[in-house]
Amino acid sequence: MTEESSSTKTRLLGRGLTGGIHPPVKSDLGYWLSIRAGALIFGGAIVLFVWSILHQSFSAWTSHGIHLLTGTVWSPSTSNYGALPLILATLITTAVALLVAVPIGLGTSLTIIFFLPQRLKTPLTSLVELLAAVPSVVYGLWGLFVLVPWMNTTIEPKLASITGGGFPFNGATNGFGLLLASIVLSVMILPTIVAISRDVIAAVPHEQIEGALSLGATKSQTLLKVVLPEARTGIFGAITLGAGRALGETIAVAMVIGSNPQIPKSLFSTGATLSSTIATEFGEASGAQLAALGALALILMVITASVNAGARSLTRRALRGHA
Amino acid sequence: MTDVLMDLPPDPILERRRIIQETASKKIGRRQLNSRILSGVFGLTLVLSLIPLVSVLATLIKRGVSVISWGFLTHDPIQPTLINQKAVGGIGNAIVGSLVVDGIAALVAVPLAILIGLYLAETESRTANFMRAITEIMTGLPSILLGVFSYIYIVLTMKAYSGFAAIVAITFLMVPVITKAAETAIRGVPHTLREAGLALGARNSKVSRGVILPVAAPGLITGVLLSLARAVGETAPILLVIGISGRTDWNPFHQMSALPLDIYQDSASGYASQQQEAWGIALVLVVAVLVLSLGSRFVAARMRREQR
Amino acid sequence: MSMTQDELNPTRATEPITNGQSTVSTLTPPAMRLENVSVSFNGRTAVRDCTFNVASNRVTSLIGPSGSGKTTLLRSLNRLHDLTRSAKVEGKIMLGDIDVYGGSLPPTLLRSRIGMVFQRPNPFPTMSIYDNVVSGLRFNGVKKKALLDEAAESALISAALWDSVSSRLKAHGSTLSGGEQQRLCIARALAVEPEILLMDEPTSSLDPISTQRIEELMVELKNRVTIIIVTHNMQQAARVSDDCAFLLMGEDRAGELIEFGPTAKIFNDPSDPRTLDYIQGRFG
Repeated sequence: MTEESSSTKTRLLGRGLTGGIHPPVKSDLGYWLSIRAGALIFGGAIVLFVWSILHQSFSAWTSHGIHLLTGTVWSPSTSNYGALPLILATLITTAVALLVAVPIGLGTSLTIIFFLPQRLKTPLTSLVELLAAVPSVVYGLWGLFVLVPWMNTTIEPKLASITGGGFPFNGATNGFGLLLASIVLSVMILPTIVAISRDVIAAVPHEQIEGALSLGATKSQTLLKVVLPEARTGIFGAITLGAGRALGETIAVAMVIGSNPQIPKSLFSTGATLSSTIATEFGEASGAQLAALGALALILMVITASVNAGARSLTRRALRGHA
Repeated sequence: MTDVLMDLPPDPILERRRIIQETASKKIGRRQLNSRILSGVFGLTLVLSLIPLVSVLATLIKRGVSVISWGFLTHDPIQPTLINQKAVGGIGNAIVGSLVVDGIAALVAVPLAILIGLYLAETESRTANFMRAITEIMTGLPSILLGVFSYIYIVLTMKAYSGFAAIVAITFLMVPVITKAAETAIRGVPHTLREAGLALGARNSKVSRGVILPVAAPGLITGVLLSLARAVGETAPILLVIGISGRTDWNPFHQMSALPLDIYQDSASGYASQQQEAWGIALVLVVAVLVLSLGSRFVAARMRREQR
Repeated sequence: MSMTQDELNPTRATEPITNGQSTVSTLTPPAMRLENVSVSFNGRTAVRDCTFNVASNRVTSLIGPSGSGKTTLLRSLNRLHDLTRSAKVEGKIMLGDIDVYGGSLPPTLLRSRIGMVFQRPNPFPTMSIYDNVVSGLRFNGVKKKALLDEAAESALISAALWDSVSSRLKAHGSTLSGGEQQRLCIARALAVEPEILLMDEPTSSLDPISTQRIEELMVELKNRVTIIIVTHNMQQAARVSDDCAFLLMGEDRAGELIEFGPTAKIFNDPSDPRTLDYIQGRFG
């Protein structure tokens, strides 16, 4: 590698991109360039991606400003673009989905790791992972035709009787709505929570478990007081990752939530989330509505990107060994 | 005189031991019961996890099998009317649409992802780390946003819906997933192999092509097949951009249909025959996804065995 | 290299031995008795046919080269092998007059009477020093703060840790050095007031100074608990233990007890030539 070729490269591509393999022969510059070209193309595409959504929503932000976030009415036909009902529905469905999926997911991981004989561990893990293979639209179909009748006739009346018709199980039951969407979401994020928490729980050193048992602890005491606390960073990572998925899930939610962009009054109400609204209204939208939907996309992107980034840092910290 | 026993103060240690053992014995029954109950609860959660899976699969088979036939898989759909409510036709157009969109997207995404994977695996720099972080975050982004992106740049520009717009969105979906698998697979290749190749006088590109990639192939193929399994089932990215078509069409620049889209539309139909059809399509889709997912594991295992 | 009488602890009483019985006079019943104890994994024997008595308030050491089954044997005493499905323990292990594997004593209660210290210090990282020390008590259902405090202080004093940590009991265990962490684990095990303390190569991961401190500790702790220690360090065994069991891996890769007796005898005048070979440094 001559002096002049290396300085040329540095000038052309900047210091940030040099690193690692240096082509020993000038003719290998092709390789060196092409792998960076791939990264550049994709990097450029991502920039375009972010820009497209920003740009699309510009006019919406300039015409409505903060009202986009705080307005309580979303009604394109009357040019009202307040996304608060959508934001609320998104947060509520995600929260309820987590409430259901996290205990079940943690329990499932603990069972697989600590209560199953060796030969059952892999098959059952694979079965739970199979949940992740089912496409979103199929879950929507299942929610629509299998769960709705069941919710209508059994679950929702039972829940209503628990609170005597009070919040959050008040209002007419129609099967559709926030509760159903939450349940479908919880099934969809379950494999994520199980997979990640399984990794972090299995990473708890065996000596810790032996230490607790040798003091006279029972199995469940060991799991609750030693294993889970030590795995808690990773478990939070799993929960955050599950939240990220639930926040962004579009199709299954769109199919079961009822597409009613109003402030939800109970878990039984129908509603609409940020993503489901984009899906249902985009086809017919134009002009101001399209810009407003772009704004929804931006909000969605910001929320999910930050949640995913947070999840990523939590899981990496956990797997590196911090409790 | 040693025959008079003095009243010694009780040894605190022995006294504590006695108290501790007493407490422990008293509570052991309760603790064991709690442990058993909790174990039962944990086991119950495993069962609860599997119930939805069983339910979905069972419903797919129960409601979907009767819909499927060779004609169903090859013919185009027939729109039912009030007079002819039972007519459904087939999903030939949707199958072709999925093949075109996902196939071409894969053809574009794989080489790109391999290049990026090589870059990430072989470069130690802040830029590379940043790219890796972005790529990982991309894998978790809601796919509907990719549809929005494609709508803005492709549909609005071409002033038309098309399979091409869907291909762009799906490519964008697949690249981060394959890149992650590619980087892992390439990192898994011992760098002594590259050094050996270079020492023999080969150029980096040849070393990569001839030595690194073949060894990384099982992991790569797994990544590709798994990302295909995901892409095939995605509705959101193509919903906004692909348009609609009842005819089989291999031209990506036309509007077309796709399997998941078909399910989505049929599910909203007022006709019971179309709702029923949705289950058949869903069964076909799930079978395709399963074949791809399980196939990826099978192929990877086969290739690894041959490598030994 | 055998130990001379001078190098052994001169304050320990040693009596002439017959039949490999321990130093303790026949008036004090042994803390534990092992009869034909074997441990196997999936049918493959790891340690075979061990018979000896563990004297109360004494330090008994299990020595031998690596692979001789010492740790496997140790772990059978507090039923730690229950965690391994493939493990099978045969023979009789008596704690006082209770059969350890008999079923009358649940393993959890057993382990409150037989404590264990491991090779690498394993304090619970999410708990403070105080919580670590009293964790065993809490597991067993002891809740009264006064009792917890009393036991914690006593245990930390016995582990020679009280002076350095009494002012920062709420701090996390990870702020301690390696030697201190191991003493924390000893205190944690002592707090439950077990009758027996098992120690599995407790100083092998520590520096010489920490090692020495813990060895000094062991000699003092004898009054409080019976100690059984596995060590691959002969000199350590000679320094701290009263009785010694020498194990060796046989041709079938299973460990067996070659000789058992007072440390003085084992090191100065062993009955079995293989013991002599080991002492003189021909193995391990």
